[in-house]
Amino acid sequence: MVKVHLWSGLRSLVDGQDAVEVQASTVGDILRGLVKLYPGLEGPIEAGVSVAVDGKIIANDLTTPVTTESEIYLMQKLRGG
Amino acid sequence: MALDDTKTKDFKFVGTRPERPDGVDKVTGRAKFGADMTAPGMLHGAILRSPHAHARILSIDTSKAEALKGVKAVVTRADFSTNPTFGPGLTGEPWNVLENVMAGEKALYDGHAVAAVAATSALIARDALKLIDVTYEVLDHVTDVDKAMAEGAPVIREGAADKSVPAGMHPNVVRYHDSGHGDVEAGFAEADLVLENSFKTEATHQGYIEPHACLGSLGNDGKGELWCTTQGHWYAQKMCAALLGLETSQLRVTASEIGGGFGGKTTVFIEPVALALSRKANKPVKIVMSRSEVFRATGPTASTSMDIKIGMKKDGTITAASGVFRLQGGAFPGAPCEFTAMCAFAPYALENVHQIGYDVMSNRPKQAAYRAPGSPMAAFAVESVIDDLCKELGLDPIDVRLKNASHKGTKASFGPRFDDIGLVETLEAAKAHEHYNTPLKEGQGRGISCGFWFNHGGETAVSLALSEDGTAQISVGTPDIGGSRASMALMAAEELGIPYEHIRCTVADTATLGYNEISHGSRVTYASGLATIKAAKDAVNKLCKRAAQKWGIPEDAVKWEDGCAVPSGANAGDFDPLPLAKITANMGATGGPIVGHFEATPEGAGVSFATHIVDAEVDHETGKTKIVRYTVVQDAGKAIHPTYVEGQFQGGAAQGIGWALNEEYIYGDDGRLQNAGFLDYRIPLASDLPMIDTVIVEVANPGHPYGVRGVGETSICPPLAAIANAVSAAAGVRMRELPMSPPRIVAALKAAQDG
Amino acid sequence: MSKIHVNTTVNGDEVDFLCDPRETLLDCLRDKLQLTGSKEGCGTGDCGACSVVLDGRLVCACLVLGVEAEGKTVDTVEGIAKGQDLHPLQEKFIKYAALQCGICTPGILVATKNLLERNPNPTETEVRYWLAGNLCRCTGYDKIIRAIMDTAAEMREAG
Repeated sequence: MVKVHLWSGLRSLVDGQDAVEVQASTVGDILRGLVKLYPGLEGPIEAGVSVAVDGKIIANDLTTPVTTESEIYLMQKLRGG
Repeated sequence: MALDDTKTKDFKFVGTRPERPDGVDKVTGRAKFGADMTAPGMLHGAILRSPHAHARILSIDTSKAEALKGVKAVVTRADFSTNPTFGPGLTGEPWNVLENVMAGEKALYDGHAVAAVAATSALIARDALKLIDVTYEVLDHVTDVDKAMAEGAPVIREGAADKSVPAGMHPNVVRYHDSGHGDVEAGFAEADLVLENSFKTEATHQGYIEPHACLGSLGNDGKGELWCTTQGHWYAQKMCAALLGLETSQLRVTASEIGGGFGGKTTVFIEPVALALSRKANKPVKIVMSRSEVFRATGPTASTSMDIKIGMKKDGTITAASGVFRLQGGAFPGAPCEFTAMCAFAPYALENVHQIGYDVMSNRPKQAAYRAPGSPMAAFAVESVIDDLCKELGLDPIDVRLKNASHKGTKASFGPRFDDIGLVETLEAAKAHEHYNTPLKEGQGRGISCGFWFNHGGETAVSLALSEDGTAQISVGTPDIGGSRASMALMAAEELGIPYEHIRCTVADTATLGYNEISHGSRVTYASGLATIKAAKDAVNKLCKRAAQKWGIPEDAVKWEDGCAVPSGANAGDFDPLPLAKITANMGATGGPIVGHFEATPEGAGVSFATHIVDAEVDHETGKTKIVRYTVVQDAGKAIHPTYVEGQFQGGAAQGIGWALNEEYIYGDDGRLQNAGFLDYRIPLASDLPMIDTVIVEVANPGHPYGVRGVGETSICPPLAAIANAVSAAAGVRMRELPMSPPRIVAALKAAQDG
Repeated sequence: MSKIHVNTTVNGDEVDFLCDPRETLLDCLRDKLQLTGSKEGCGTGDCGACSVVLDGRLVCACLVLGVEAEGKTVDTVEGIAKGQDLHPLQEKFIKYAALQCGICTPGILVATKNLLERNPNPTETEVRYWLAGNLCRCTGYDKIIRAIMDTAAEMREAG
């Protein structure tokens, strides 16, 4: 199981927790797993998220691998100018 | 993505300063920008825009315009797709873009496009607009961010809020961000001094000198061509296709040279309109925006209202920090409230931190990115408070920042732990710099600020084709907004081992390369650069294979050195080095054309930090500020072409100076933009600025083969705060609203005197 | 409205075109003569991207009507180089990276060439104020000023 930290604005959608555990071996698995557990997360995730894996911010690549030791943060999708 | 071979020294080409490939074209006027293209039979398009900040569109009568001699087509919202072919139906960003490109039921801001015509001359098109009759029902409007959130404010659009917005907020509040860690209340209790203050910034425009321009051609067979000035032609391709009901691959988009973008050309405004007109008229249609259209109807920044609270101990340790950031992004969701919130305290290693952001709609144009969207405003507020804390506690501003600085392993204010970063290096370089150690003259004030930006990777495809004469052609998909073609050629030269001058880098069109994300997020030198290096390595592998074949030895017995294939060791065989040109001369006969390519979504873009030092003088009578001295210190990871890196540092600083001192969107009580031109929207002139000194710090980014970090955006993060700190010191009064224009400074001085 | 036939000299060449009286010299240079080097940045004389020299005087072509060019001489960026040979200003601009996007560059080159013809030894302040009518958003002007000061010095030496 992988522990996923969520930004506190999402707490109301996950029964007040600030981190959720999902079964996952890639970033894509994490996002799918989160929506399966908490369908209310589908909206914010569809709107666009980046996933920080051990400090590295993954903006797109769903195939990025993760392990049970990975530090995972969900963040809103990054855009630049 | 794991990078197996990185290089951090012994560069032969990278780090040198050759001439840019588009230099001669640009100094002779030969370079083709958006408005420089024509096509046989071309028509000229013009757009009718709402004069009201908020109004219901009751009817549009185009009959008189259609009857005018020379008018060949008129379009309104009805001529666009009701079912974009990508994205979740009509919802989400494609719908927002469509609603912005051509109004539907309501005009949402002064300048909102309502209809468009194509005619045989620009003057006839302009005259035809006056013949279109629009009946409006004017509604109440709101342009201020705090007023737009308040009870009773006019509603821009019902039901646009996403599920994260707390219950009970006004419908204009559409998105919400809340992040942080620790216990800020406990942290404030521990502090020796807690300062709490509010700050405001007004909207600004990227101010690119080249207005948006395009030439579109669309047949009734669904096949089209589009020439436009853009930071992202694949994005323009997919968005135009969606808005016009086309298949993406049937629309071919070519990016012109771009006369400045800075984030403002990362989306579409007139391109779908040109294509819609072209389809109806069955002729190519050219549209060029006027300067006032650019100000009224493209994508300025958000305006902000912010509350900051920071607690500090006598020894300079920050014990807690919290911020609330309210941003309005026009009549659509998208104000970068989450970036403002996440960047605000990022330079500091904090145990207790909490930030909240609100994205609010108002009757203004749809905001777009401006360099590091959201970050400069946050820095303005936070670094001003840190400056006040330092002054009250009698502490040196750089020492305090060093004491609290984020470094590798620090838990960022927005959550994850930082990897290799260069903040401390920029602070130390600033502290040691001669500027910081030069005493100020009487009446001068000095300001320091740090700044942070994420930087971005994104989809990237590069192709590197070798010519028979041994020279090379790189095709990239990222429009060149900062001199990147030169940097690509330098990186390819490093891998191929042939001189920079033998490599030409071109920006390909959407039909000739795989998908490329927009040139934004400081991603080009990082992502297109990484892809160029990998494509060159791919070409080198193929070249080695040909040499191996020629010599009759195994492939792994050949390596590449100084532009030649050589046996990898004494055992491999005794062969003279085989130069690239010799291999390519008959490549057709030894296996075919040799092309290296690489397609991926690189994810190792490193974040970057900067520290700026500013000295300023304020004329107490007129309120005019003079920037006396400016030094930019920023971490570039690895400067591929140092001169262009310096250029980015200087350009970002100059824009920050304008934003801090003069630039603002001024709305009248009628909700109309009052200063839609360069006379009254005052950007810095040559006579306003001093020379801008630069220091390039290099803390390698492990996610790029040569350590590159993007540089284009971070340079705009510190200036607002650094200048505010310098001006506040010189004026003797803390300025909390931007811009710090002469009237504001005079008023602040008077208020301080009176009270 | 009927068009007016204008005869004028651009970059030393005698040319002619038909224009609507409302069209500006900038419109005519770009659309009738295909000299797209001069750029429209604002249309109101605030940005200098359309700078040209009209009978020896530096003007914004967007503030001059096409018909006003009748019988006059017009010099644009396209006339600065002599065949293959770039003017020292053009060479130095490339060498110093005094341009990034390049949209303001034609106007700045025309304005600067005009300055150096009037004053071959300007101070940095004089250069900055002469160029106050030429907006650049990319460079912060630093490298532009350095390129110009170096060019002026070199041109003085060359006599």
